[in-house]
Amino acid sequence: MIRRSMRNWLPLGLAAALTITPPTLALAEAEPADWEAVLAEAEGQTVYWNAWGGAENVNAFIDWIGDLAQDEYGVTLEHVKLSDTAEAVSRVLAEKTAGKDAGGAIDLIWINGENFAAMKRQGLLFGPWSEDLPNWQLTDPSANAALTADFTVPTEGLESPWGMAQLVFYHDTTRLPEPPRSMAALADWAAQNPGRFTYPQPPDFLGSTFLKQALIEVTPDAAALSQPVDEADYAAATAPLWDWLDALTPNLWRQGKAYPQNAQRMIQLMADSEIDIGFEFNPNAASNAIANFQLPDTVRSFVLEGGSLGNASFVAIPYNANAKAGAMVIANLLLSPQAQARMASPDELGFGTVLAMGRLSDDQVRLFDEIPVGIATLTPEELGPTLPEPHPSWMEKLEEDWTARYGVAP
Amino acid sequence: MALSLTRAAPALTLLALLGPVTAGLAGTLAPAFGLMPALGGTEVSLEPFRALFGWPGLPRAVGLSLFTGLAATLVSLALTVLICAGWQGTRAFTALERALSPLLSVPHAAAAFGLAFLIAPSGWIARLLAMPLGWDRPPDILILQDPFGLSLIAGLVVKEMPFLLLMTLAALPALRPAQSLATAQALGYGRVTAWFKVILPRLYPQIRLPVYAVLAFSVSVVDVAMILGPGTPPPLAVQVLKWMNDPDLAMRFRAAAGALLLLALTVAGLLLWRGGEIALSRLSARWLTAGGRGHGEGPLRALGLGFGALSAALVLLGLIGLAIWSVAGLWRFPEMLPQGWTLRSWMRHGPEMLALFGRTLLIAAMSSGIAMILTTACLEAEQRHGLRPGTRALWLLYLPLLVPQIAFLPGLQVAGLLSGLDGTLAAVIAVHVVFVLPYAFLSLSDPYRALDPRYAAVAHALGRGPSATFWRVRLPLLLRPCLTAAAVSAAVSVGQYLPTLFIGGGRVPTLTTEALALASGGDRRIIGVTALAQTGAAFLPFALALLIPALAWRNRRGMRHG
Repeated sequence: MIRRSMRNWLPLGLAAALTITPPTLALAEAEPADWEAVLAEAEGQTVYWNAWGGAENVNAFIDWIGDLAQDEYGVTLEHVKLSDTAEAVSRVLAEKTAGKDAGGAIDLIWINGENFAAMKRQGLLFGPWSEDLPNWQLTDPSANAALTADFTVPTEGLESPWGMAQLVFYHDTTRLPEPPRSMAALADWAAQNPGRFTYPQPPDFLGSTFLKQALIEVTPDAAALSQPVDEADYAAATAPLWDWLDALTPNLWRQGKAYPQNAQRMIQLMADSEIDIGFEFNPNAASNAIANFQLPDTVRSFVLEGGSLGNASFVAIPYNANAKAGAMVIANLLLSPQAQARMASPDELGFGTVLAMGRLSDDQVRLFDEIPVGIATLTPEELGPTLPEPHPSWMEKLEEDWTARYGVAP
Repeated sequence: MALSLTRAAPALTLLALLGPVTAGLAGTLAPAFGLMPALGGTEVSLEPFRALFGWPGLPRAVGLSLFTGLAATLVSLALTVLICAGWQGTRAFTALERALSPLLSVPHAAAAFGLAFLIAPSGWIARLLAMPLGWDRPPDILILQDPFGLSLIAGLVVKEMPFLLLMTLAALPALRPAQSLATAQALGYGRVTAWFKVILPRLYPQIRLPVYAVLAFSVSVVDVAMILGPGTPPPLAVQVLKWMNDPDLAMRFRAAAGALLLLALTVAGLLLWRGGEIALSRLSARWLTAGGRGHGEGPLRALGLGFGALSAALVLLGLIGLAIWSVAGLWRFPEMLPQGWTLRSWMRHGPEMLALFGRTLLIAAMSSGIAMILTTACLEAEQRHGLRPGTRALWLLYLPLLVPQIAFLPGLQVAGLLSGLDGTLAAVIAVHVVFVLPYAFLSLSDPYRALDPRYAAVAHALGRGPSATFWRVRLPLLLRPCLTAAAVSAAVSVGQYLPTLFIGGGRVPTLTTEALALASGGDRRIIGVTALAQTGAAFLPFALALLIPALAWRNRRGMRHG
């Protein structure tokens, strides 16, 4: 509808250009399962990887992957730096609206969670392909459910994992030697130290993660959270959360009248001594911030007792991508032991690897054994268990209710 | 030949913009009424509006947008007028003008970041107090993100006041204020009173469009509001952006409805302002002619100069703060200066941004050049052929300013894709023209129309045709406003983020797309680097706009304003 009406309104010149533009021919695309053919097709392709550009170390890592891809497979990688993944989603949506079903501008997107769920639901993704990648064999989805269920949404081969992340808190040991290690203790601590804790404003991803983490701890029956929200007793499940938040909010930074917008703002508040506890969805966040001079080297990480939420970062290919073969080569490269070991190093990204050590050769395992430990990074043992995400419908409902309770009444 | 060209100019300009503007509007209107086939919206429905009005934060968000927009515009205009009235022609005025004009090239977000670092409870001013007061932790008080948007208003004023001042300075010479003021003062009117009575009534109509632009911008501003404005709830424009960027794609319908509401709000703000104009002109009519010579002008003059200087100082100090951050190592509260210094941020990002400098300036030069040609051609058409009806339709030009970019762009992006130009340098230049042209037009049209027609009449009487009159009389007389308009246009082009990204498809990176992506990491060191680089790129055209008239008129005393 919109397409037709828009064409009618377009000036003649534009319409003429439209009819002259030759239809993009759908090239014979290599089957993901035929890897030799994929490699052959990928050679000489340019892959436009749309990824958030706000992290120094991620940008450097993507550059490094690009050099590797050029050397080993003749694939050119261009990092299109975004300030928000939604910009890439908008792009694919506009291409679909304009009927550009092939030759799209985006070949690969760094994606996960809600963005993936939305693009999958709207049929904006190419695939299945990810489980045909040769290096997929090095992972063990049966031991790591996060590889095939992104926020509980089955990935079904539409996205390929490349790094594990987990909710980790950090504190400055000079100001706060012993941080609280449960949500209940956190509220008590905040009552004694008003104004020294806050969380990003939901629906910011990290703020919502914080709500979910608290919900898992305080709800009477955590198992109910894996069901869609309308099949559970939402009121009963969330009542303890709202009680807990009602008690916490007056003791928050600015008495809860303002919130930082995102994780980056929270690190800044920590650096400015405005708060004493921060958190990030990245076990290496504190070490990264120390390396970037953002935080002093007295900052350390900690996790809450009973485990913390965790999930994987993925890459996906839009349904109309121009260089699908090249994109698959990049995704496979991201899964290679060489790239995974580099990514896992605290000097680079410090994300957890998605590979299963049991499926690697001794030489490959050694790459991981040699990884240094970051100054403020916890070891896998210290990180503790990863909690499963609630069904995504919970997050939507929580965000809505949080906004009604705390987000619109200063 | 030239004649027919100018005759066709308004139509040509409209045609060039019609596609993008209607496409952009359609991209907002259709989803607001439930139409977006790519998301399964195939039937007209009012559901998006129902969802919008069901959002509990709406009344407050709407109130905030309107209040901050009107207040920022009012304060900016009042300060501009007070500064000019109290100090025009003095040495202090020249100094203030020199201090304020470069501030135009500071991107809004950079100025806001700088201001935030000054006034935050952990900012520079608080750090100055921390030592004597013995704070080791900043006080927990709500200065930034305050619920009434006062710091947001301050952030807007420090940027909009220099803009209005520049527009005023460009418009003034054509009014020949020195003579009028001398006459009024000879009759015993005080300096400020004389200015208000004999200059302002003639000046205001000439800067009306820039004032409207400031109002529209302030009501719908996003980046400054995200840094300084409240968040519980945020102003409507920020909320629309949040819905637009929400991973839940169904939110885009609500975002489109919100964008339309924001458009209505902007129009309502403009109508309110217009109402205020009429009321004020009625109320002041008696005062203007009652013959009061004015007294007690001292406090008014002090107010104007004081706040003008404060505003310049805030932005400059903020910039200095960002510059220090760009070379800072660890820098914590309550330290006035960093513990260590490092060039790392510049070494990492300097080269990549330098590489994009050329393309950014090329796009700025091309788009502002096209915009200036179209604008002067339209205005010439008006002068030569009295093509008012054609130019009246040019209000369409201002639509890109009135509709929030984030909602306007998806439609524009679709148009770009349909045209097959998408992802090319040409397409990026074309879309910049869409956003640059309104500024070129509103900067130039009033001074152009206000030029004394007797100059042209004399030229005609001396036997010169319309072309010679344009090139040898009108253009030289209007050199300063023309260059100002070009500089404003170029700066607007340099600042375009979403249009460049959306139409460029990631194939045409510029300084700004790079800078904003890097700055989204929130590290003040990187924000410092990117802000300075962007300021540098936007400063160049402004420097030229100041330098060229100074050179051209070095021996034409009457052409220097004042």
